[in-house]
Amino acid sequence: MSGLRILVPVKRVIDYAIKPRINKAQTGVETAGVKHSLNPFDELSIEEAVRLRERKGPIKVEDILALSAGGPKCPDVLRTAMAMGADRAFHIDVPDKGDGGPEPLTIAKMLQAVVKEQNVNLVLLGKQAIDGDQGQTGQMLAGLLGWPQATQASKVDIKDDAGTVEITHEVDGGVETLRAKLPMVITTDLRLNEPRYASLPNIMKAKKKPLEKKTLADLGVEDTRRLKTLKVTEPPPRKGGGKVEDVDGLVSKLKELGAL
Amino acid sequence: MQAPRIPRFLPLKVSRVPRGIRSRSLHARATEFLQSQDPDLSESQRTVREAISKICSDFPDSYWAQIDESHQFPTELYEALARRGWLGICLPQRYGGSELGISEAAVMMQTIAESGAGMTGASSIHMNIFGLEPVAKYGTEEQKDRWLTPLIAGRQRACFGVTEPNTGLDTLQLQATARRSRDGYVLSGQKVWISTAQRADKILILVRTTPRDRVKKPSQGLSLFYTDLQVPEVQITEIPKMGRAAVDTNSLFFDNWHVSMEDRVGEENEGFRMILHGMNAERILIGAEALGLGFAALRRAALYSNNRHVFGRPIGQNQGIQHPLADSWMKLEAARMMIYQAARLYDQGYTGGEYANAGKYLAAEAAFEGCERAILTHGGMGYAKEYHVERYLREVFIPRIAPVSREMILNYIGERVLGLPRSY
Ligand SMILES: Cc1cc2nc3c(=O)[nH]c(=O)nc-3n(C[C@H](O)[C@H](O)[C@H](O)COP(=O)(O)OP(=O)(O)OC[C@H]3O[C@@H](n4cnc5c(N)ncnc54)[C@H](O)[C@@H]3O)c2cc1C
Repeated sequence: MSGLRILVPVKRVIDYAIKPRINKAQTGVETAGVKHSLNPFDELSIEEAVRLRERKGPIKVEDILALSAGGPKCPDVLRTAMAMGADRAFHIDVPDKGDGGPEPLTIAKMLQAVVKEQNVNLVLLGKQAIDGDQGQTGQMLAGLLGWPQATQASKVDIKDDAGTVEITHEVDGGVETLRAKLPMVITTDLRLNEPRYASLPNIMKAKKKPLEKKTLADLGVEDTRRLKTLKVTEPPPRKGGGKVEDVDGLVSKLKELGAL
Repeated sequence: MQAPRIPRFLPLKVSRVPRGIRSRSLHARATEFLQSQDPDLSESQRTVREAISKICSDFPDSYWAQIDESHQFPTELYEALARRGWLGICLPQRYGGSELGISEAAVMMQTIAESGAGMTGASSIHMNIFGLEPVAKYGTEEQKDRWLTPLIAGRQRACFGVTEPNTGLDTLQLQATARRSRDGYVLSGQKVWISTAQRADKILILVRTTPRDRVKKPSQGLSLFYTDLQVPEVQITEIPKMGRAAVDTNSLFFDNWHVSMEDRVGEENEGFRMILHGMNAERILIGAEALGLGFAALRRAALYSNNRHVFGRPIGQNQGIQHPLADSWMKLEAARMMIYQAARLYDQGYTGGEYANAGKYLAAEAAFEGCERAILTHGGMGYAKEYHVERYLREVFIPRIAPVSREMILNYIGERVLGLPRSY
């Protein structure tokens, strides 16, 4: 295999430390004036792509392409991705209609088109975006492409120049190691790595890296909706707990509540 | 000591931090931790704000309180910033810097202080940000390569030696001397208040090379050197002080201290002029650091007064608590406008000092008042170390005193802007 051409889709989401609020119409969360940042799981996939390059494994990383679909602020997260080490970026301009953005299947079809067009042989995606928590895109993409997939990777190891990849992921009570051949789709989990903070010189360089704007139509994909969000509500407020003095108190309380 | 490692994707749970400090609320700008919504920020300033916020959120208030107690230099923050190239933010690209302006550096310093790091965090790197500007401007290519490269990379630390015990703010009267020797100079005298000298590898030092009574102009006769500090001829003694215990400040005694010719910056007797060059920038940065502390205090005060219930309601519902905080926000924000105006003007080549001085003055005073009000808002808890605002207050005196006092700024405005007779 000549070189790794990695596609890393990234999403701009409400910052992980912000407590989201439901909008008045109960159709989604309030996004105006709220701090946004790069989806944490996507930070992991960018980091992993960059590490694959730095590790200088059996296959040289030829290209790291970051891609984001969304409104006019998307280039922010693409610059972040490029500051971390992506070589170039695509911004797929999808006007924000306040409906939470395109559905996972639309995104997967869009990625499929980019994979073909850009001759990609490895797609690294976050296992989910922390806004919609759908966790579907990677799997759908693998299905559309007919490629092997490894989800929720906690370790990615390129074994040889024929494109053999070993992926570890955590399962209940242990770890599972999978082997597959490129081209493939990998989704990332928290334990995969610890994403870097971009350095100032790299932040400056990223401003000059190529960022191309495209539309879904350019990629031959239509933003059709198959699902309708009926209602979004806050979780019920937590009820205050009670305090017990000691273990005896706990036991009698549990008995009283019929738990023992 | 290790910087506490905090999982990056979970809302931070630092015990002893009052609830609410870490969870950002949506629409209250003053209570969101290092918000980046200020509408006036340029794109590059916002980039700096966000990048520095990320680094600083690994260093919670508990870290700063702990090193204030143990007097340990914040090496972890220093290294976190050095490793990512931040020490060279204003310095030339040739030596590893990024050549951004004071407008960006001010955002960086404000953000560091505002994270809860206060003057401790800011002072730990302050000298790197603009201190070597005289070298960048007047040094030879060889000197810049020799000095700026390791400074930016964080391999060498520098401190700044101007103040002397017997002359105070009257810098033109400096008494420490450098006598010509066969192949360089011999320095003797003393300096005081020299921050970070305990660990600094180098010092940028201003000393007299021509006696006062033999100079043509009073601004001549002083020369600037950048040289190794940790030598037996220099005795460095730490000064116990009110706040910022983690970043040392010292008295220096030196005698028969040989400094080679290669370590002189620019021309002999022209040192004062070279120091002046960076002065406005330094005031802007100190002012920005003060702002950071002020906003940090205000954030804590607003969050606390929203959560603390007395007489059946949050104390912040009382106008007696709410209004002083609102007043402080307005004053801090007004000072911020002036600081960033001064920075923008500086970057455009403006050399006047009125906005840099006035901005530093207003920022330090607004921050001081904000810190005091934060303590009073907390009631008894404001006096407890656990709530951090007492530490902020102890540190916020620094930008009021240094590098130039309030009185000297008023003198400057009186003389230069109002055209009044010089009072001193
Ligand atoms: C924490 C800390 C760190 C410092 N770090 C450094 C450092 O790294 N390097 C360094 O060189 N210096 C440093 N300094 C020194 C600082 O810059 C000086 O303390 C400051 O310039 C004031 O000088 P002084 O202390 O000698 O005050 P003085 O000159 O003795 O003044 C004392 C008071 O008298 C007032 N006063 C004096 N003359 C007049 C006048 N004509 N009109 C009205 N009022 C007047 C002053 O405003 C001030 O209030 C530091 C100081 C502190 C507190």
